[in-house]
Amino acid sequence: MSSSRRSFFHRSTLRAFVSILVFVALWEVGARSKQWFGIAVPWVGNIPAPTAVLHVWMGLVRDPGYWQSWYLSLLRVLAGFLTAMVIGIPLGLLMAVSRNFNDTFFPTFEMLRPIPPLAWVPASIIFWPTQELSITFVTFLGAFFTVVINVLGGAESIDVRYFQAAQAMGASKWDTFRRIVLPATVPSIVVGSSVGMGITWNVVVAAEMISGGGSQAGGNGGGLGYFIWNSYVGGAYEQIVVGMISIGIAGYICSELLRMLGGYLTPWLRTR
Amino acid sequence: MSTVVKAAGTPTSAKAQAGEIVVSSVGKSYGEGQFVKEVVKDCSFTIERGKLTVMIGPSGCGKSTLIRLLAGFEKPTSGSIKINGKPVTGPGKDRLVLFQESALFPWMTTYDNIMYGPRARGEDTKEARSLAEMLLDKVGLRAFRKKYPTQLSGGMQRRAELARAMINNPEVMILDEPFRGLDAMSKELMWEYYSRLYEESGRTNFFITTDIDEAIFLADRLLIMTNVPTQVRAVVEIDIPRPRDLVSLVDDDRANEVKMEALSLLHEEAMKSFAGGSKAAADFIEAYSKRLRTKKE
Repeated sequence: MSSSRRSFFHRSTLRAFVSILVFVALWEVGARSKQWFGIAVPWVGNIPAPTAVLHVWMGLVRDPGYWQSWYLSLLRVLAGFLTAMVIGIPLGLLMAVSRNFNDTFFPTFEMLRPIPPLAWVPASIIFWPTQELSITFVTFLGAFFTVVINVLGGAESIDVRYFQAAQAMGASKWDTFRRIVLPATVPSIVVGSSVGMGITWNVVVAAEMISGGGSQAGGNGGGLGYFIWNSYVGGAYEQIVVGMISIGIAGYICSELLRMLGGYLTPWLRTR
Repeated sequence: MSTVVKAAGTPTSAKAQAGEIVVSSVGKSYGEGQFVKEVVKDCSFTIERGKLTVMIGPSGCGKSTLIRLLAGFEKPTSGSIKINGKPVTGPGKDRLVLFQESALFPWMTTYDNIMYGPRARGEDTKEARSLAEMLLDKVGLRAFRKKYPTQLSGGMQRRAELARAMINNPEVMILDEPFRGLDAMSKELMWEYYSRLYEESGRTNFFITTDIDEAIFLADRLLIMTNVPTQVRAVVEIDIPRPRDLVSLVDDDRANEVKMEALSLLHEEAMKSFAGGSKAAADFIEAYSKRLRTKKE
């Protein structure tokens, strides 16, 4: 802990700050003067300047509708992601452990897997009774396939010597599953879930844009995806950028929390 | 020459004793039809109770296949393997195998690894726990009980694995080149360490190696194997008194005599597979003929 706190002011942190500052500065200059040191950059000029974005953002922070968008998107991401974990992890493990189960379900799974989650949006809107459920379902699909494929791959690549050792020491099938297969697969579960979390954010925003942001469409309560779309339709360009940065921050927080949880679940990988 | 070299292939019909393994006319081949590869052929030997039997042979000769058969992970194509007079039908805690590379569970601490066997059988008792404590002391890992395998050195990992096997009190310990890959220094330390553990327990041990110095330092009986398909080429009784010590073994006439003889047999076997174009065998020849030359000078 103390070492990571000290490294906060380390060179790499400094470089990260400089990098962001230079990026924002170039953006500001380009957006305001439509040129970089004499070279015309027309497209940067079409983007609102960071100071303008910040100004609008400061106003939005006091708007409950903005936070409602955060809340709704986060809720959908969590619902979709957690469902994907709850169904995906046992399914992946079952496919890894049982030959018969794998033979039965893997072909169907592999056929559904290449279908992009967004291709499910229209069908999902027709299938599910509420808009909310349709969006959550599409979000679920985004994480589900990644989680299953990672769990399956992780469990299948466990070194056979671990099984032989356990078997020779008198372990039952159940004990082998609980104390060999499960912990050996945890690193893959962690990787699968962090990749899945990223996809979930990609998908939820797009689904909100397409479906019109749920039952409260028209107001400010349709999630961050709808927030961006609505800002675009209304010509509030600064708000578009605010929405984009908000998604970036939300995704980063989710990934960081998952990384912390993953580190806690795999103490043997933290060592050395 | 006073060495006792018996003709191989005579399975002893002695009465079955605890920890005695009798391998008779065992054959093992992989693949089918024209792709069939015979790895073990008509192989017979006895691992005597309470003795440390070392098997040495050219690398790639099928020793590890024999281990898998003895452990019960695989079944022989022909012949039979009996432990205490009963045929081996699968893995069992009467025979425990230490593999070439560490098979410690990376997600468990040293202590949890050692306790795996008792816990797996639902015997997480006070006795088991105190036995684990005793073994931690015995293998010198008390200070490392809460460390994960990746935090241990190669030698420590081997010792943790010895402890994990010993807690199950197997009748036979089977070790497949356990000290391979350790540096020369830790390897020699492990030899002394391991032979002391063996001398204390008096348990039946079966040890596989490609290292002649290791074999002679450790063995009560030395089985010299032919090249693939493997058979016992010769059995050498190594009657050097215990406890042995590495330094005096260098000048020990008896040890050198056994070594020369074993090396010439191994050299002959390695030459055979060299004719067959095996890369492993070519490396083997080079290494051993170099040592033979330096010995003869």
